Amino acid sequence: MFYYSVKRILMLIPVLLGMTLIVFAIIHAIPGNPALTILGTKASPEAVRQLNQSLGLDNPWYVQYFSYLKDILTGDLGTSIQTHAPIASEIWPHLAATIELSFVAMIIAIVVGINAGIISAWKQNSVFDYTAMILALIGVSMPVFWLGLLEQWGFSIKLGWLPSIGRDDIRNGVDPITNLYLIDTLLQGRLDQFWMVIRHMILPSIALATIPTAIIARMTRSSMLEVLKSDYIRTAKAKGQRMVWIVYKYALKNAFIPILTVIGLQTGLLLGGAILTETIFGWPGVGLYIYNAIQYRDYPVIQSGILIIAFIFVMVNFIVDLLYGLIDPRIKYK
Amino acid sequence: MKKKYYSAAFALILSLALVLTGCGSSGSSSNSDANKTLVFGRGADTTSLDPAVVTDGESFRISQNIFETLVSYDYKNQSTKIKPGLAESWKISDDGKTYTFTLRKGVKFSDGSAFNADAVVYNFDRWMNGKASGKFAYFPSMFGGYKGDNSLIIDRVKAQNATTVVFTLKRPSAPFLQNLAMSPFAISSPKAIKKYGDKYGQSAGVGTGPYVFKSWKKNNTITLTKNKNYWQKGLPKLDSIIFKVIPDNSARLNALKNGEIDLMDGLNPSDIDGIKGNKDFHVYYRPPMNVAYLGFNVTKKPFDNKKVRQALNMAVDKEALNKAFYNGQAEPAKNPMPPVLLGFAKDLKDYPYDLKAAKKLLAEAGYPNGFTTTLYTMSNPRDYMPQPAKTAEAIQATFGKIGVKVKIENVEWSSYIEKLQKGGAPMYLMGWIGDNGDPDNFLYTLLDKDSVGTNNLSFYKNDELHKIFTQAQSETDNAKRAALYVKAQEIIHEDAPWVPLEYAKAALVGKSTISGFAPSPTGTEPLSDVTVK
Repeated sequence: MFYYSVKRILMLIPVLLGMTLIVFAIIHAIPGNPALTILGTKASPEAVRQLNQSLGLDNPWYVQYFSYLKDILTGDLGTSIQTHAPIASEIWPHLAATIELSFVAMIIAIVVGINAGIISAWKQNSVFDYTAMILALIGVSMPVFWLGLLEQWGFSIKLGWLPSIGRDDIRNGVDPITNLYLIDTLLQGRLDQFWMVIRHMILPSIALATIPTAIIARMTRSSMLEVLKSDYIRTAKAKGQRMVWIVYKYALKNAFIPILTVIGLQTGLLLGGAILTETIFGWPGVGLYIYNAIQYRDYPVIQSGILIIAFIFVMVNFIVDLLYGLIDPRIKYK
Repeated sequence: MKKKYYSAAFALILSLALVLTGCGSSGSSSNSDANKTLVFGRGADTTSLDPAVVTDGESFRISQNIFETLVSYDYKNQSTKIKPGLAESWKISDDGKTYTFTLRKGVKFSDGSAFNADAVVYNFDRWMNGKASGKFAYFPSMFGGYKGDNSLIIDRVKAQNATTVVFTLKRPSAPFLQNLAMSPFAISSPKAIKKYGDKYGQSAGVGTGPYVFKSWKKNNTITLTKNKNYWQKGLPKLDSIIFKVIPDNSARLNALKNGEIDLMDGLNPSDIDGIKGNKDFHVYYRPPMNVAYLGFNVTKKPFDNKKVRQALNMAVDKEALNKAFYNGQAEPAKNPMPPVLLGFAKDLKDYPYDLKAAKKLLAEAGYPNGFTTTLYTMSNPRDYMPQPAKTAEAIQATFGKIGVKVKIENVEWSSYIEKLQKGGAPMYLMGWIGDNGDPDNFLYTLLDKDSVGTNNLSFYKNDELHKIFTQAQSETDNAKRAALYVKAQEIIHEDAPWVPLEYAKAALVGKSTISGFAPSPTGTEPLSDVTVK
């Protein structure tokens, strides 16, 4: 296990290096020029040339790439062209917002998805099964922005139960410490604000959780169906074990490997894919941060932002790989 | 046995619902507190608090409330006429080259330092010496260049005494006062600029305006509080303003309906009808200072032929475009500049929408069966053109009726500009948002031969027009200037390098408890007169 972990971590190096190269290539293949975007359409070509020079964008691509790589290796994520602020300090509040939202959404997706999948498999061809699977189909197909607007209309405007936007009340905002508001409000002992932050998370996290919930439910169902047909389950039934016990203890464990894979992939996707939810709910997350940077051709921000998300994606999958062994001792790491 | 689980699940759902409804009581916040706060919802974040280094409207929306300019637009009357600002009066020499400003006494920056002639000189020196950094985007484009450039119209800025500043120009420039009123040329505290260095604009912005910067959560909120020492007595009326970023227009409207924000811009044209009848809300329109147009590259066949361009002018149904894509809120355009500006040729008759006449004219030009061409358009909506692709399709349809077959090409915005500047499009959709409320900023900037390669994307050159523009630039008598611009518009109308399409009116919506809000044609306005009940 230890050697395996070390090997995997070493393997991350070429993966991340390759990623920097791909990100760099894609960004420079997008048409458009940051200087022109900064100065606006009203700028003279002379001014554009000058700004390109001062930003170092007139150098050949490999010079730009290696200077970027050098910065990354020394832990410098660069400076935003747009705001002249260091990216490392700028990106954290956005990343924290996304991590918090994705975390809650993923918990919803796992709890609801796995249970729905298990019950569907257990009561195969029942009304519950059909309903759950139709809902799952709708869940994967429904556009998130539409669902978000619908939630706002229903739960905020019509019913008045929940706030429609943001991470906190605009007039009564949280004073950030770690920028993870659930933690910050607890640290400050502000239970009222903690509750307020939770209320703000409900609608966006449900919107964000729909697709992963549906995918996890479908994966759980098919994986469970297979396991429930196996001999050891029949034996357990014959021994008169309670069905709940059989399903949740014996069957789930063997069915869990593919489910875990899906959970890992979905977690990674959520971090990068929260952009639509963030746009609808005015959630100042990392997706919005990178999206703005793309509009502005803020190369350093796009590069570092994508790199960080890719890094998290790779790390989540690394952790999932290690978890396989914990769940199923038959899996040996060499 | 089974039933137990079902009932347990049911109980769980029920309790969740109860929790949800329970929290409804502490629901949407309102202005019940004595502290008067306005929440303004907008689509994007500010890039810098320092107005001198930005060009985006969302940055000016904030800076307008923190800073002030030497002379000001008449914001109260939603006009771009010039009024006193930080300068209470000014004199212009007979040759039009010397401007002497008398500054207001006793005005202080919000960091406590004094506003005086030295502060004005410091700010102008900072901008004029900006060549190396290249970061003062608006300065060179409005005043001709940086120090050392021949094209810079300012020769010297001198503090005669504490309250008198003298500007000496290299040549007369009629739009000079209009330029000084622009948000990017607001006066910052020299003390703050020195104190914060490179961080000025990110961690602070210090001016003399009605509000003071308090905090900024990126892509989320900016909070301003009342400037208690503001020089205009009784203003501002609010204690604080919070600007909240909500990128999606429909979601922003939802937040307004839910009471989380008080006022917002970017109301979708399609949402206007739904909100208009509602007594709780009021819809505002920004007087247009923009124009959307269809341009021809006059150096390319068949658009080098004036008759072809005139014929196509008769083949665009501007009323239909307005109804379909602006929800009827725009104003069909007949001139290259909007009606709010000095010298708008209001008596000029627009080309009628007349397909028969258009076809006849096309035949006279030698194209009885029409021709095939390409219409370029941007893929992203712009303020003056909410649906560029569909607008292009509508034009394609009416042009098709006179035998002109149009292929449409969508290009992403920043590459689009490059393409047009290189003359790569025979026909293109475009627009312009005015900067300083001066006709020169539309006509000279967009259609003079000097502007070919930058903003004159039609490559249209007319020497007579150039003469008129140059004359108008040094004419300080407004009536004579207006007459010159009317003449210019007649020439442009005849030459028809464009089809002017619409003057778009942006719609904003706020709670009906708000008063004193007057959207300015310049796109942003100080909110000192705004209050909430």
